[in-house]
Amino acid sequence: MKNFIEFDGVSFAYEENEEGLTAETVIENMNLKIGKGDFVAVLGHNGCGKSTLAKLCNAILVPQQGKVYIDGIDTADEDRLYDIRQRVGMVFQNPDNQIVATIVEDDVAFGPENLGVEPSEIRKRVDEALKNVGMYEFRSFEPHKLSGGQKQRVAIAGIIAMQPDCIVLDEPTAMLDPRGRREVMATVKRLNKEYGITVIFITHYMDEAVKADRVIVMDKGKIVLDGKPKEVFVNIDTLKKIGLDVPEATELTHLLIEKGVNLPEDILDIDELYSYIINLTEEKN
Amino acid sequence: MISDITIGQYYKGDSFVHKMDPRIKILITVLFLVMIFMCKNFLSLLLTGVIVAVSILASRVPFRMFLKSLKPIIPIVLFTAVINIFYIGGGKELLSLGFITVTSKGIFTAVFMAVRIVLLIMSSSILTYTTVPTMLTDAIEKLLSPLKIFHIQVHTLAMMMTLALRFIPTLIEEIERIMNAQKARGADFENGSLTERAKALVPVLIPLFVSAFRRAYELAFAMNCRCYTGGEGRTRMKQMKLKASDFIAFAVFIAGFIGVIMINKIFGVVI
Repeated sequence: MKNFIEFDGVSFAYEENEEGLTAETVIENMNLKIGKGDFVAVLGHNGCGKSTLAKLCNAILVPQQGKVYIDGIDTADEDRLYDIRQRVGMVFQNPDNQIVATIVEDDVAFGPENLGVEPSEIRKRVDEALKNVGMYEFRSFEPHKLSGGQKQRVAIAGIIAMQPDCIVLDEPTAMLDPRGRREVMATVKRLNKEYGITVIFITHYMDEAVKADRVIVMDKGKIVLDGKPKEVFVNIDTLKKIGLDVPEATELTHLLIEKGVNLPEDILDIDELYSYIINLTEEKN
Repeated sequence: MISDITIGQYYKGDSFVHKMDPRIKILITVLFLVMIFMCKNFLSLLLTGVIVAVSILASRVPFRMFLKSLKPIIPIVLFTAVINIFYIGGGKELLSLGFITVTSKGIFTAVFMAVRIVLLIMSSSILTYTTVPTMLTDAIEKLLSPLKIFHIQVHTLAMMMTLALRFIPTLIEEIERIMNAQKARGADFENGSLTERAKALVPVLIPLFVSAFRRAYELAFAMNCRCYTGGEGRTRMKQMKLKASDFIAFAVFIAGFIGVIMINKIFGVVI
């Protein structure tokens, strides 16, 4: 598979001195390859550098050492800055601080307008984007009359109207209630499946990370674990050591295995665990 | 609560006035303000009143909405009227009580002033009730675009207006939240002298400013991510096109305008 995002020996610090990087390096010598169409969840504790990782992906930040390539374009190339930003859309944590216009559809149109797209084409894209996130009925609403989850979906629509290849979501669900979180997750998942949009989903909710194709766990600017959810969440001790939780079902499975129950250790959700336990009890009977 | 407010007090509808080009609406409203102050006799005042009444009917915005917009200025209207009655001399003397003299000219001026203020508010309300705030800022951007030759950044101004409108409800919510937080810690906003109450607002304003700056910073980030580079090379989804009906409306209005001037000439000046 072609690599869409490539980090090549990337180091980044917010403050630099004359010798280069200071002690407070946020990202340290990172190598990372993300393929086109992947759904990647990035997990990590506060201050582990996951937001910085997001900002490195669309040239808001440029690394002091190493290179970031987006679709083969070097993010340090200032002439192609807007090529990169059009390819990699970004959704932030606080939906209020990224909605620009006073009407939902005008906000979704903001990106394509900036790109200089033809008015009739913008109209088409806006309608399509709003239908895709399930907010078409709300197109003439004022943003402050929507719920958090709805606002965040409008923000996502605003990004997909720019027809990016990749969306980076920086803790998009952190300020939402459980229902809003489910709405956002379902929307992102569908965009990834149906349109093949590469998704980088930064979160600290385990149940969201479980739904990704690939999970990257970060700690102190480094990648600690990287793999399929089942491969990553088996490492319960490592995860606990860096202060992260494990999905509840996995933790329960782990405790049961310790008590001598015969279960596979890579169970991620409660339904899976349930069916295994039912099987076990049937075998006994 | 205050979070229920509708910004720009737009009243949803699809009447003729709603569909009019916002640029024409702004132009008419501005000219109308001039017209109100050009009325010199009752007949011309009646004509402007009729124009407002017809516009209100055509906008299909309920009349009580206009009454609502008038409510806060009633004291001002009464005050100006009363002042005018007692202070304007000339014309026939109607009443004389010691130092108070009421003259016919004073009464006329009072009535004129009151009617003018009412019409003023109503006409600008028609504009804001029937035009979405974004359309309003867009139209202002278009109307002011000739100023570009003086190197005035019209687009930036319009964008600032849009963002201000966008963030008013957000910041109002924020104020409520901060006030509640301070109340929970024993702050008292209702009691005490004026200076005490003003002082009590300082712990509300400081967090508000801090958060507004943080929001501005994040918003700038988000706008940058969506490839915003200013007005240059930007297209608009909603194109403003002048329709035949816009020209007709404008022509009718101009006819009214000329009518007022003619009436002033023919029937003489009352005030």
